[in-house]
Formats: sequence, C-alpha cells, structure tokens
Amino acid sequence: MAKNAPPRWDRKMQQRLSRGEAAALGEMYDRFAALVHSQAHRMLDDEDAADLVTREVFAHVWENPDAYDPKQGSMRAWVAHLTHRESVRRLRRGADEDRDDPDGPDGLEERVRRATAAARADYIVSSMPAPLRAALELAYVRRRDYRQAAADLGVTEDEARRRLRLGLQLLSTARTRPLEGAPPPGYGRVL
Amino acid sequence: MSDGADGRDEEGRDDEVRGAPRIPGPRPAADDFADLTPVPPPGPMPEPAPEPEPEPVPEPEPEPEPEPVPEPQPRPASAGAEPESAPPALVLPHRVLQALLGAWALAACSAEETAAVEAHLTECAPCADEALRLRDAVGLLHTDRSLDLDPLLRSRVLENCLNRRPAKIPVPDWAAPYDAETARLDALLRDIGSAEWHAPVRLQWFEGEREASRRTTVAGVIGHLMTVDGLVGAALGLDDPLPGPLSPTARTESYWSATRVPPTRAVREPWREQSHTLIRTVSFAGRGVEDLSVSYGDFALPLQDALLDRAFECWVHAGDIAKAVDYPYEPPSAGHLHRMIDLAARMLPAALAVRRRSGLAGPARQLVTAGSPGRSLHLEIEGSGGGDWYVALDSPAALGSAEHTVAQVALDGVEFCRLVAGHVPPVEAAAGQRGDREAIRDVLFAAASLSRL
Repeated sequence: MAKNAPPRWDRKMQQRLSRGEAAALGEMYDRFAALVHSQAHRMLDDEDAADLVTREVFAHVWENPDAYDPKQGSMRAWVAHLTHRESVRRLRRGADEDRDDPDGPDGLEERVRRATAAARADYIVSSMPAPLRAALELAYVRRRDYRQAAADLGVTEDEARRRLRLGLQLLSTARTRPLEGAPPPGYGRVL
Repeated sequence: MSDGADGRDEEGRDDEVRGAPRIPGPRPAADDFADLTPVPPPGPMPEPAPEPEPEPVPEPEPEPEPEPVPEPQPRPASAGAEPESAPPALVLPHRVLQALLGAWALAACSAEETAAVEAHLTECAPCADEALRLRDAVGLLHTDRSLDLDPLLRSRVLENCLNRRPAKIPVPDWAAPYDAETARLDALLRDIGSAEWHAPVRLQWFEGEREASRRTTVAGVIGHLMTVDGLVGAALGLDDPLPGPLSPTARTESYWSATRVPPTRAVREPWREQSHTLIRTVSFAGRGVEDLSVSYGDFALPLQDALLDRAFECWVHAGDIAKAVDYPYEPPSAGHLHRMIDLAARMLPAALAVRRRSGLAGPARQLVTAGSPGRSLHLEIEGSGGGDWYVALDSPAALGSAEHTVAQVALDGVEFCRLVAGHVPPVEAAAGQRGDREAIRDVLFAAASLSRL
C-alpha cells in the first residue's frame, strides 16, 4: 500500500470524506496510519506523542477533507505534510513549556531541522522505487556488500552499485530544503 | 557539464553516463554504457557541482525495473593490480570509482575498492562532494523496524474524529467488530515479509467427535477468509468472487483447487478490498439490512450475526497466522469479544439439537412449550468479554433460565472462543464444572461443533 495510489483513489476518498462517510475514514486510517505514526515517532521520539499526532492528523483530515487539493500532490503527501506540521507544532510547544531548555532557541531550530530531515528521509525511502529500497535495505540493514546484494537481487554488480548510489542520492535530498514554510515531504510536487 | 536534461528522474543515470574514464584503465575500461557514451570525457575538476537536486522525491515510475545489463563485469579487483605486489593498490578509472560511491558510503565494497575510492577522493572534488553527501545520507537510514501500531489506537483515533464531526453515514454498530478485526489482521499482514506469506499454517476444527485439520499457507488462509466473506457479499448483492457452492468448506476447497499456483501476498489486496466494500455497503444499506438472511448452505444467519461470525473467524485465523509467523496477537476488545461469545452461546441450543438428531448428544429430558424456560446450563464466562449465559438444553425453542439450571461451566472468555473455534478439545476445555455431567459434556461438544474449516 505504500505505493502511490492512483489519483482517482485520492479524489474518490476526498468525496467520501466530505460526504461524512465513516467507512471512508476507516479506510483512510488503514492506508495511512502507519505512515503518520512512524513519521511522528521519528520526529518526536515518543510513543504517546506519536499517538496524539496521529489522532490530530486524522481529525484534521476528517474535519477538513476539502483542504486537500489533488492538484498539489497525492493524498499521501498531504497526510505527510499534516503530520510534519503537527509534529513541529508539538516540538515547539514542548520547548515553550520547558523554558530552561539548555539548547535555547537555536537548539530548538536545530532539533526541528533534524527531525524534519529524518521524517523526510523516511518518506523518501518509503516512496522510492522498490528496487532501490531493496538494495539499500540489503546493504544497510543486512550488511551485505554490493556483490552479495547483486546476487540476492539477481542483478549485475554494476546494477547493484548503481542502485545503492542512486538510492543514497535520493535520500540525500532530505537535507536540502529549508524547513518551515517549505513544502513538506513531497507535497506540492508531483509525486 | 550540465546537459540541461530536464528529465530529472534520469539524473542518476545521466550522471553515470556522463562520467567517462578520467584515467584510462590499463585495459580499455570494458565498463558498462561505454558504447553509449558519445559525450566527450569531461575533466574531473571542471565538472560542475553535481546535482542541484531541488526535487525532494523522485518520480517513481521512471525507475524501470532495471534491465540487467548482460555485461561481463570486469573484476575491478584485478583491473590494475600487479599480481605479485603485496598491497594491491587499485587504479580504477574515475567513472568506476564514481559508480562505487554509494557502495562505499554504505561500507559495502571490498577493502581494495574502499582504499581506491578514498585515494581518489583526495584528488577529485566532485567525487569528494558527492561522497560526503552520500555518507551523510546513510546517517538518515535506520534499522529499527517501524514500530507496530497499537491496534487499539485505531478505535481511539476514529472515535475522536467522529466525536468532533459526527458521521452522516455511520458504520452500523453491529459491523464494528468486523471492521476492527479485519483492520487488525490487515495490520499484521502489512508487517510480514514476502516469504512469510508461504509459511505453513495448520487450520484446526472439530468434526463430529474428533479434531480435524488441514494444512495451507498464510496466503491460503487469507484466500479462505476471502471466499467465505464472499457469501456475505453475495447476500448483499455484491459480486461474488466465487459464484457457486454456498458451504464455506466447499467454497474454500474449490478456491484452493482452482488456483493453480499457490496463492501469494497478492491475495491481500482483493481480500482487503472486499472487506472494505462490505463495510461500506452495510453503511449505505437502509434499516433492516441487519436482518437480511445470509445462507451458508446448510444454515443461515441474519446479516448482523453473519458479520459477527466473520469477525470471529477473522480473529481466529489471524491468530493462526500470527502463530505461524511467530508474531504476538491479542484477542479482540472486551466489547467485541463479548458479542462473539454471545453469538456462540445463542447458537448452542441449535447445535445441541443437531447433535441430538445424529445421536451424538443425549436425549431431551424435559420438553417445554416454545418460549417457556427449560432445563439450562449456566455458562459462566470469566475475564475480558465475560458474563453469564443460560443455555437451553432440550430444545432451541425453550428459553435459557437461571431458575432451571442443572449444570454450570466456568471458562475464560478467550478459552471459550478457542473451544468454539475447534482449537481446544472439549474434554480439556472447562476450568470449572458443576452439576449434570451429561449436560456439560453435550454443551462442550456442541460448542466445539460450531467450528468449521
């Protein structure tokens, strides 16, 4: 389900949510809850906070389905955008409450920046073409070298090297954007 | 050497094509694409800062299943090394080194290649830039599996939504257990790997006086759930994926035998789609739909019970799957479990009557007029979802009654469900028993007889 849903699905879902169809809300949750929760968890590193972000994101989607603009990108990207926004809000609120924050405002900005890059990286990994993701997983998670990875994947060694490099190139774009105000992972672009 | 390609997606590949050998290898670099490169070899230094890269996420499509280039890969390790010299310092052409940067950043190349790349980085600025960037990107990867979502989160999140904006078209309350159980199973399926879909699963049930079982795979179980759910869909006028037999067992067998290759994870999507469609359809159906009769061949249930029964089956088989792939799996929420137990308790008098007719249960002792209280067994279910039920023993037409109790059985709720699912033999089931032994035996066997494939 991590694949890009056809835009038709997105539009249809939006209509159903607007109509107030509870079954649509459930389907929406089934499709995106894992994305929302893991992204929030990556940004906030806290299970309860990730639960709350998940709750807020779906409440927002349910209450404002018309805020989604299919021309701006996929629904998946919209949901990722909302998750990012809500998580950043939470990071800032946490910092406001804790005014003795040793990191100070710069520390907070740095934390927001890091959290955003991490979340964007996850989003990129989950959205990248499956062959690239599989190669990265073999090399990074399973510690296979590129020759072993090539054998595992049934491709040439050259192709394995290409995939690893391309996968990392894509991933490195997670750091290239200014935050805040900048479009969230993907949203605002054709995915 | 910006080639002005606007096809950003091609970037990685362009890059590779672009990077022609800087230092010609000792042998003509038999590297890939060499013949595809009409581009004059660029000097390494003037190469522009690579990748402006404003695009956060690639277009996924343009990455075609990479065509395996059938090219005899020159062992780079032997490319320039003098065989006899002890530390074989590799001299590799720029393009080969550049192509290795990803593997290098992931520490996924040989020691010789690593040394060669690192030597190259001291003299090639574009490669050094890229190497830094890729190393940095590796830092964004992480190994921890995405945490499994708390299955109870779903109902909390949805409830919060519906409190804030009430649904115009709600999911009927009686469909909630099916909605919750299919979602829970789907979440489990999302977390398992491709190979695990083929893990063997032994389905167990109870037939007559003895246990029966059947081997299939995780994917086979999902196919089974899908074909039997199809009965409910057919009653609602939806397209039946398997028109034909009505009995769940016959349907499943014909599904299993019709699929020439063993089912794979591809079965998840149609199963899930069907369950979503069912929920959606009952949401839109008018009042009274809950009483629509769903035929299972030799018996029928009103739709609301049929869907509850499907929720129960979904949980039971999710448990079978979880066991096969070694995942934890919790029972349904207390409220849903209670309804499942209630359904089984309500079905017990009829199941007893069926067994009596085939001589598997003792004779009726005391017939009463329909609708009046009759001899009963007190089923005391403890723990989550528990409660007290009084099962009429002599006829489905009699009412269960506390005053006419002749026997009592105490059981944990989940244990009772395992009995009803045919996962524990009736003789081992009850934790506490009191009173008429025949009645107890008959009820426990009748409970097990509710199970089927």
